Amino acid sequence: MKDVIIIGSGVIGSGIARELSRFDADIVVLEKGNDVSVGTSKANSGIVHAGFDAKTGSAKAKYNVMGNKMFDELSKTLDFPFRRNGSMVLCFDEAQMDDLKALYNKGIANGVEKLSILTGDEARKLEPHISDKVVACLLAETGGIVSPYEMNIAYAENAAANGVKFEFLKNVVSIDKIDGGFEVKCEDGTSYSGKVVVNCAGVHSDDINNMVCPEKINVWARKGDYILMDKTCGYLADHTLFQLPTKMGKGVLVTPTTHGNILIGPTAVDTEDKEDVNTSIEELNNVFDKASLTVPELSRRTIITQFAGLRAHAECDDFIIGESSVEGFFNVAGIESPGLSACPAIAVDVAGKVATKLNLKNKSNFIEKRQGIPHFATMSNTERQKLIDANPLFGKIVCRCEVVTEGEIVSAIRRPVGAKDLDGVKRRTRAGMGRCQAGFCTARVMQILARELNEDMQDITKCGGHSNIVEGRTK
Amino acid sequence: MIEKNLVIIGGGPAGLAAAKSAYDCGEKDILILEREHELGGILNQCIHNGFGLHTFKEELTGPEYAQRYIDEVLKRNIPYKLQSTVIDISNDKVVTYVNAMDGLVQVKAKAIILACGCRERPRGAINIAGMRGAGVFSAGTAQKLVNIEGYLPGKEVVILGSGDIGLIMARRMTFEGAHVKAVVELMPYSSGLNRNIVQCLNDFNIPLMFSHTVVDIKGKDRVEGVVIAEVDEKLRPKLETSQYIPCDTLLLSVGLLPENELAKNAQVQLSPVTGGAEVDDTMMTSVEGIFQCGNVLHVHDLVDFVSQESENAGACAVRYINEGAEKCSQVAIKCIKGVRYCVPHKLNCDGNYQPLNFKMRVGNVYKKVELTVTADGVKVFGKKRPVVAPGEMESITLNSDQVKQLKNAKEIVISLEGGQQ
Repeated sequence: MKDVIIIGSGVIGSGIARELSRFDADIVVLEKGNDVSVGTSKANSGIVHAGFDAKTGSAKAKYNVMGNKMFDELSKTLDFPFRRNGSMVLCFDEAQMDDLKALYNKGIANGVEKLSILTGDEARKLEPHISDKVVACLLAETGGIVSPYEMNIAYAENAAANGVKFEFLKNVVSIDKIDGGFEVKCEDGTSYSGKVVVNCAGVHSDDINNMVCPEKINVWARKGDYILMDKTCGYLADHTLFQLPTKMGKGVLVTPTTHGNILIGPTAVDTEDKEDVNTSIEELNNVFDKASLTVPELSRRTIITQFAGLRAHAECDDFIIGESSVEGFFNVAGIESPGLSACPAIAVDVAGKVATKLNLKNKSNFIEKRQGIPHFATMSNTERQKLIDANPLFGKIVCRCEVVTEGEIVSAIRRPVGAKDLDGVKRRTRAGMGRCQAGFCTARVMQILARELNEDMQDITKCGGHSNIVEGRTK
Repeated sequence: MIEKNLVIIGGGPAGLAAAKSAYDCGEKDILILEREHELGGILNQCIHNGFGLHTFKEELTGPEYAQRYIDEVLKRNIPYKLQSTVIDISNDKVVTYVNAMDGLVQVKAKAIILACGCRERPRGAINIAGMRGAGVFSAGTAQKLVNIEGYLPGKEVVILGSGDIGLIMARRMTFEGAHVKAVVELMPYSSGLNRNIVQCLNDFNIPLMFSHTVVDIKGKDRVEGVVIAEVDEKLRPKLETSQYIPCDTLLLSVGLLPENELAKNAQVQLSPVTGGAEVDDTMMTSVEGIFQCGNVLHVHDLVDFVSQESENAGACAVRYINEGAEKCSQVAIKCIKGVRYCVPHKLNCDGNYQPLNFKMRVGNVYKKVELTVTADGVKVFGKKRPVVAPGEMESITLNSDQVKQLKNAKEIVISLEGGQQ
């Protein structure tokens, strides 16, 4: 019997796995998809919120403010992209100044540091491309941006390095209480028994809870459409720019990404289908039009892609975290925004609770640090030369737009919890994430995957399942 | 750092022709940098015929056309490096490239010719909503998978955009046993060559639907179908006309963009219309000693014109290496009334009145028009055309007298006169 079964390998599941791997314990992570970070964690704003937005006293507020403070150190230890760029909530109407002040006061009550209210002109001094209709803003210097999937992957790799097993294509269909723990059955007929189960199933966290707990919960999938812009317009925003909610709606954000693109979005549409990541033209137009209110210079010509993500919105409108009424079954459910910001704090807290429950001992040989894949694109020429000297594959550029080398792609595949498909390579290395959107590198990356995984080109997929890139040989 | 007189970036048709011409003008210290594992560029995957009618007066396939120029380069022993990607060009002409053999190399060049081609506009750039599973390819990516790798991207195909690669791929996929259900074109006309519409669509009964676009893509893992709709005169989809077409593949042939990231690094001034550099009649960009030719400068429909333009760039680069830049004023060429752009963008008032070739594109389909060139309001040249279309590049060559008039003018204007849209 395993000590701990974690269901879901999003950023929360992987984070908890990593923090639990500090202890002497037998841990398995069951993931429905064929890679880590394939649900909510891969498609969101990538914002580390300061913590002024969540309701004072809520779990969201508590974990957000705690989590935010952990990012500087964690991003260095686990080597993932993070930048404390600060965020601004823009107010476009003098009549809304009270709302802006209320937000400031809520931030203070939540324990957020370095908050201030600026005039429109002061705001434009910091962000020269924002609209001249901005009359004031709330500046939160502790706001940040993170690459969410790279953070997720970093957690998972470090957890794996510390002995955590990741099992993929494990769609959990039932959980039964057995003597001393639980039996978790998967769709493929496999089953796992464990003393403790931790539910980190994102938009499906209600289904998992409801298999075990008499207290039923309800989690909705709330869809958000996003538009990603070319790095050439990266100069348009340095801070993360929110709009102060109005009677007309919540507004959309304009933010730089950690890689220098501009991301705009999201919308919010509740959806029945928890796999529905369909973008719609109405929502995308909505995103662009609203974002243009913040930065009027945004141009449709610089759009490189669109995507949609699903937020796991719990009916109770707060995170559901901790041991349930069923002993040994832990919920980490309804983790929507600011879940990513809260993640480091949630991971430490939940891992601690599980460790106490199982009376786990600290591991003596815990590997604290994780070294990421070298990023050729951002290196100095001296570092590049050194890298190529050590391994000539770093001299072969595969993705020209993002300057990604074959060495990086091979590393992404061979690592623990390595990439198995094009999207997996993309999230780990950025190959295919640039302005040509994999037009040139698709065939090359397929070849490398086929060679490294010893698979036929015809079996290489975009994102697992039936997402094969080609449908057969030519005549 | 090593030193070279002339570094040519790109070993496709543009780079090869520029190298051959530069060599024949007396420059022997040349280096061609090519990122793929062989010379020839994108022609290597264009295995259909129809290349070379102007240059060689015969119909060649893409690889055959490329080979003619590769042979010329080999015959002259012009040095080239394969699988070598240029990652930076500085304003003072230091080229940084990497490969597995040499590592990272910096070359100080006296002159640089940028001949690195163009890329395809991806799905994201045209904002098609829907799912993001496998099965959406740019036409060139599909062409590479079929012609180079030997794999069929899909069996039930819809093609968006009637650019030449899309038309060629409609036929190619049909040859491979795929069923091409429709080619859908946003505009009321095709941006491809008329001969391709006839030979690639009409001959195979593939329907071409003008004024239509794809508004949604269905299918989670792999494309299962697309929704297409008619567009109004402002190109907005009329959703009430939506129809669903089941398919497993959507190919996009929605435009090519000159790939100018390197030029931007070197602070080369780019044209907002073409996406390529703004060049004078020596093909020199705004940065002294940096030249452009081929599809990185502006997207061509015929490779013959690429070769012609690039031979000129090669010769001009050698003249620059030997004699330095002309210290003279320049006169800009203004394009109005339906003419979108003209290459070159400006002329050097240098007293050199050699005949000059001008390439231009129009913004719409016009019938019974006259393409005119005026110098300070005086008509210098006129050419009557029964029909002009955005898909077919216009080429005119002016004689010495005409060039003299232009180079001594304060304003040059190219326009379409008369006729109807």
